[in-house]
Amino acid sequence: MDWFELLFAAEVAVGGLLSGVMYALVAIGFVLIYKTSGVLNFAQGAMVLFAALTFVNLVERGVPFWVSVAVTLAAMTALGFGIERTVLRPLANRSPMTLFMATLGLSYVIEGAAQLIWGTQVHRLDLGISNAPFEVWGIFISTFDLVAAAIAAALVAALTAFFRFTHTGLAFRAVADDQFAALAVGLRLDRIWATVWAAAGVVALVAGLLWGARLGVQFSLSLIVLKALPVLVLGGFDSILGAIVAGLVIGATEKLAEVYIGPFFGGGIEGWFAYAVALIVLLVRPSGLFGQKRVERY
Amino acid sequence: MLSVLTGGLEAARLAQPPIAARVPELAPESIHAPHSALALEGVSLSFGGIHALRDVSFDLRPGEIRAVIGPNGAGKSSLVNVISGLYQADAGYIHLGGRRLRHLRPEALPKLGVARTFQNLALFPGLTVEQNVAAGLVFRRRHGLLAQLAGLPGARAEAAEVADRVRDVAGFLGITAHLHRLVSTLPYGLQKQVELARALVASPKVLLLDEPMAGMTATEKAEMAAHVRSARDRLGLATILIEHDIGVVMGLSDRIAVLDHGVKIADGTPPEVRRDPDVIRAYLGAEAA
Amino acid sequence: MSVFSASVTGARLATGFSLPVLVVLSLGFVAVPLTASPYVLEAILLPFLALSLAGLGLNLLTGYCGQVSLGSAAFMAVGAFAAYNFDLRTGLPIPVSIVLAALTAAVIGLVFGLPSLRLRGFYLAVSTLAAQFFVQWALTKFSWFSNGSPSGIIAAPVIELAGLRLDSAVGRYLFSLTIVTAITLLVHRIVSGPEGVNLIAVRDNETAAKVIGVPVLRTKLVAFALSSGIIGIAGVLWAFTYLRTVEPAGFNLDRSFQILFIVIIGGLATIRGTFLGAGLIVVFPLLLGRLSAFAFDGLIDAGLIKLIERIVLGGTIILFLIAEPNGLSAILSRLSARLRALVRRG
Repeated sequence: MDWFELLFAAEVAVGGLLSGVMYALVAIGFVLIYKTSGVLNFAQGAMVLFAALTFVNLVERGVPFWVSVAVTLAAMTALGFGIERTVLRPLANRSPMTLFMATLGLSYVIEGAAQLIWGTQVHRLDLGISNAPFEVWGIFISTFDLVAAAIAAALVAALTAFFRFTHTGLAFRAVADDQFAALAVGLRLDRIWATVWAAAGVVALVAGLLWGARLGVQFSLSLIVLKALPVLVLGGFDSILGAIVAGLVIGATEKLAEVYIGPFFGGGIEGWFAYAVALIVLLVRPSGLFGQKRVERY
Repeated sequence: MLSVLTGGLEAARLAQPPIAARVPELAPESIHAPHSALALEGVSLSFGGIHALRDVSFDLRPGEIRAVIGPNGAGKSSLVNVISGLYQADAGYIHLGGRRLRHLRPEALPKLGVARTFQNLALFPGLTVEQNVAAGLVFRRRHGLLAQLAGLPGARAEAAEVADRVRDVAGFLGITAHLHRLVSTLPYGLQKQVELARALVASPKVLLLDEPMAGMTATEKAEMAAHVRSARDRLGLATILIEHDIGVVMGLSDRIAVLDHGVKIADGTPPEVRRDPDVIRAYLGAEAA
Repeated sequence: MSVFSASVTGARLATGFSLPVLVVLSLGFVAVPLTASPYVLEAILLPFLALSLAGLGLNLLTGYCGQVSLGSAAFMAVGAFAAYNFDLRTGLPIPVSIVLAALTAAVIGLVFGLPSLRLRGFYLAVSTLAAQFFVQWALTKFSWFSNGSPSGIIAAPVIELAGLRLDSAVGRYLFSLTIVTAITLLVHRIVSGPEGVNLIAVRDNETAAKVIGVPVLRTKLVAFALSSGIIGIAGVLWAFTYLRTVEPAGFNLDRSFQILFIVIIGGLATIRGTFLGAGLIVVFPLLLGRLSAFAFDGLIDAGLIKLIERIVLGGTIILFLIAEPNGLSAILSRLSARLRALVRRG
């Protein structure tokens, strides 16, 4: 491999790592909910769609940027509380698989409602971030991707601070560690769940804006859930760090595979490649890279 | 202060005398002796720094009811889980069927003649009582899915055989009337009996009972104790019994091992254990000794 | 996975047909062919039969054995494309091609079921998505599967049995009904026999099953293979009797979810529930379309109705999970019990 090819490979890898950040961003929304309630929330993708559609329609109607952000945040919070009230509370104490299927139904409802309210046309979303590539040591990097990564890092830092320093955050961690103990000391599970779903809504908004700016805001935004799932499986459903590392791993390997392996198969392998990577790792470590391995009691 | 243990004495008097007399006397260090039904040799187990079992050696003679007692978290269930292969010991060996094993595979238990019940009910709620008990014979099945579907004579004979054995053990434990009910619709005490039936149906040589009487009424406990005893008498079973009710333990067992913080602190006949100062200390705290 | 435990599966023996089953069968085999219009056959009964069979296959895996799969449509696709190729390339009679297609789907199901030996719960559910995306990709990418058709579209052959061309709607319906009936009886025999005990034991308590010697790994693989084989045949019916022209994109994730919804709505681990669920899933969009055409006189456009359909479907799933986790089957049981009580009193 000569110098130029090496540079090219590095550029592909860096591009992959940056898309990996975007995958991780979606995956973090899942982790938040999984950690507190043990639910794999399939509707996370639908929430991304809902947030992005709400925001872009507000902006297109002339609402100022930050007001739109605030209104969308309020909408996502309301959605989180509404879901807790109508879906989670009646299903409390039911098996995780039942809750998962409920979120499957929920994703249909949210996707349908989002498009019913805001229409089905494709919207362009311009966040005012330049898309011009710049050069570092001979490698071209997309400015947008780098800014997106920075925003994602800021979000993770904000979430970490929230969980470390606020009362609600500490309660969240208590619930994640032991639901029964948390109940016993009088933490209000319903309120914590609603808060966590609202927080996942905020993550969905950030992911929706960044992905929407990249792909356009449309129904297919909801399908990024399918990109996040292998990341989750690889990183472990209950680890934010795992989601980030797995996002990077999958982003990079996927792009490299697309370039170096794809041509042998006639391309288009990105639909399943991430799943193959995740599966191979899982066969060695059944609870993912960073997932907690629980001691089973009999 | 000693009422916990002396209460047991009362119960022991009420219950039938231990049948230790029928069990051949063995030397205390009989761990490697061929006549033990099961033995542990220096077994240790830890979970991320917490020692559940420390260098525990333990033997079980054929036809013996052997209780394991100790405060919560003493490692009783861990012991049973190591024997049944659900946990893998960090050190030590298990002697079973003339072999010295590092680990057991849980799948291999029934073929080795070991059956167990679980601390929390581990039945199959979606099946009837009959099907639950019959599941205990699945490991012996010789005819596959195709033979069953084709209704081959061999497969039919096998099904009849299974039904016979299930009826047998159900009659023995007095649950025949409930055979066709869904197990999840039975009261708790009966479900515990069903689990015992499932363990007994294949006539094992070693039976592990993890708190078979937890949550039962006094009548149910007496009934369960009678079943455990008559199962031993009938099948010559070697039984390991984990139980919190000291009264039941004193009355039912031939020998008792006491665990505390994963260490075996005493081992002997009920009267010996009752007098043991270490046991009294473990149960009642240091000031009682 | 205790969600599945609540469902009731009695130990009925396959000694004979109960009265309701006989009534349904005689209606299906005699009354329907004599009276049903081509529209009812084409738009309702043919998709109903194929989807019922797919639901039955998934119920065996998810309802009885407790392994959630999100990739059912992939096995429908495998079945459809395998039958097409066996028919095209070997010239064997169609029933033989269908059996070979079922075997192909079973083998591929077995391969994608291998992770179930190590993974559980959500990890397994997500890994079944690999089947969904891989199969769809392979069938689209390699045009050999569709005999050179660029986007993977295949046109199903006309079904011929002993020189008889089953080209009409009634012919295809009877062919489909016969297959579905036969496989339903087979599944009934499986789940009410010893294998059914294994399946439910693995579902209800895997650890206990393992310790008492139920062959857990074998049982899971058998469930994956049987389930995929049956879903494969459902795919053949979908392609050969219902649509007659299919493409890989038609077997997408939405189709997989549709099959899962049939099982949830109908009731986990019930055979008749699966048919009720499939009936609801097929009829409901048609009813909604009719209703809106009637109530709003066609003012609502089709795209909007699709969205409403999506919302109502999702809501229905949630509603069933909350209010009636045992599905339509349990509702039917209650209704018939009440009816019997009325008759007795009346």
